[in-house]
Amino acid sequence: MSKILTVEAKLFLREPAALLFALLLPLVLLLGLGSLPRFQEAVPELGGQRIIDTHFPSMMMLLGLITLAFTVMPATLATYRESGVLRRMSTTPVRAGRLLTAQLLINVVVAVLASTILTVLGWAVLDIGLPREPLGFAVSFVLGGASLFALGLLIASISPTAKAAPGIGTVLMFPLMFISGMWVPRESMPEVLRQIGDFLPVAPFGQALRDTWAGHAPNPRDLVVMAATVLIAGGAAARLFRWE
Amino acid sequence: MTVIEVNHLRKLYHGRAVVDDVSLTVEEGEIFGVLGPNGAGKTTTVECIAGLRARDSGSVSVLGLDPSADRDELRSVVGVQLQSAVLPEKIKVWEAMDLYASFYERPADWETLLDRVGLAGKRDERFGKLSGGQKQRLSIALALVGNPRIAILDELTTGLDPQARRDTWELIGRVRDEGVTIVLVTHFMEEAERLCDRLALIDSGRVVAIDSPAGLVARVERDQTIRFRPSGPLDDAVLKALPEVSDVTKSGGTLLVSGTGNLILAVSAALAEHGVSPLDLRVEGATLDDAFLALTGKTIAP
Repeated sequence: MSKILTVEAKLFLREPAALLFALLLPLVLLLGLGSLPRFQEAVPELGGQRIIDTHFPSMMMLLGLITLAFTVMPATLATYRESGVLRRMSTTPVRAGRLLTAQLLINVVVAVLASTILTVLGWAVLDIGLPREPLGFAVSFVLGGASLFALGLLIASISPTAKAAPGIGTVLMFPLMFISGMWVPRESMPEVLRQIGDFLPVAPFGQALRDTWAGHAPNPRDLVVMAATVLIAGGAAARLFRWE
Repeated sequence: MTVIEVNHLRKLYHGRAVVDDVSLTVEEGEIFGVLGPNGAGKTTTVECIAGLRARDSGSVSVLGLDPSADRDELRSVVGVQLQSAVLPEKIKVWEAMDLYASFYERPADWETLLDRVGLAGKRDERFGKLSGGQKQRLSIALALVGNPRIAILDELTTGLDPQARRDTWELIGRVRDEGVTIVLVTHFMEEAERLCDRLALIDSGRVVAIDSPAGLVARVERDQTIRFRPSGPLDDAVLKALPEVSDVTKSGGTLLVSGTGNLILAVSAALAEHGVSPLDLRVEGATLDDAFLALTGKTIAP
């Protein structure tokens, strides 16, 4: 398994686009936009918080994670299926499932690294506070991250072709990010959009990140939605995944 | 010793039998060809043997193992090269060999193997940058990296240029000489004729015949034709009088003698008796193509 991981990690690093969009883009946006005065003013709708305090870092973290989970990983897995990489491996004593596990692990590691770098640099450069409810933050991060990757596996499972995978991921990603408050904070949205968002995947994750960043305990309802997403999307992916 | 035994194998796709009552045996150390037109069920047959597809009925035994039950044991003794299976574009040749070697308990020395398939100089090249022939040779090396007792090679020279094809044949011959039993799926007559010790002709999911290439050709009752230029004057009647000869035609200075049985011996003897030697002598006999045509009523395209 360690050799599969090593090789898959090398292959991951040979696709600079993946690192660029998952790691660099959120970071540049955070540091770039975050230094604009507009992002540093207290906003009454956010209860007097600055956008940069919890909203913006949470959204950028979400952007990095969702890019990996919805586009980078499904694209690789669907390509492995379509081009016969999985099939080739299934002719050896080692099961091709190992390859999926390795891919998942590598994307998770990159997700954790990217989020850590984002948090630390935000703190060091822009003086954004670290999450003030660390345990709740960690729980939300793990559960929310798992829900995104479960959805990513589902995307990889239902993609008819390798090219379709990142496309499906992107098409799903934008509305889900919108309703999570990526461009307009959820506080500024009509009530009905907020309520819909509460029961879709992704928005509860963003909300839990923001809550715990600000020092509040995560809303149990958000945690339940995330856990349900892991189970439902993960179960569906396991059921629907085709090896060839 | 029999290493593969297939009895009454059937495989259905959407209710249609693509492999229909196939029975065959493969002996240790031979190159066994599975020959037939595209869509005949060749690949499905070997996939059932390799345990990559579940059969619907019949029995398969590979080195005493049942491919559907003894998945892991089977995979450690059978190396498979699939028709269109590839590696990630950006994996390097040595990484692929090293990785695949790690899948087996007793792998071959992959550096030596790379050298043997002539890819030692390409070890740092990415898979996506290799030519078709190089990819194919890497694919063969990967099929052999686990030190298999049986190698199943599917359409191994499709898409290769004639030189690469001949190089690959030579490589396969050497692998067999080292004791690996080879099952070769092909629709190339020349490949089957050159490489295989025995062949199963498959058409529409059924085995039409199993024999050596020469044995299959011999089943064809086709006239042989001898073509030569007599060194001196010769009366046609001399040849026509031979019981083996059915027809003699003249085309310019060249004689075309057709007939059956031991035609060439009879004609040579008659010529010698009359002090005439055959110049530019050519013998045209039945080919595997003719055998396939005679046995199935169709030709293998292309």
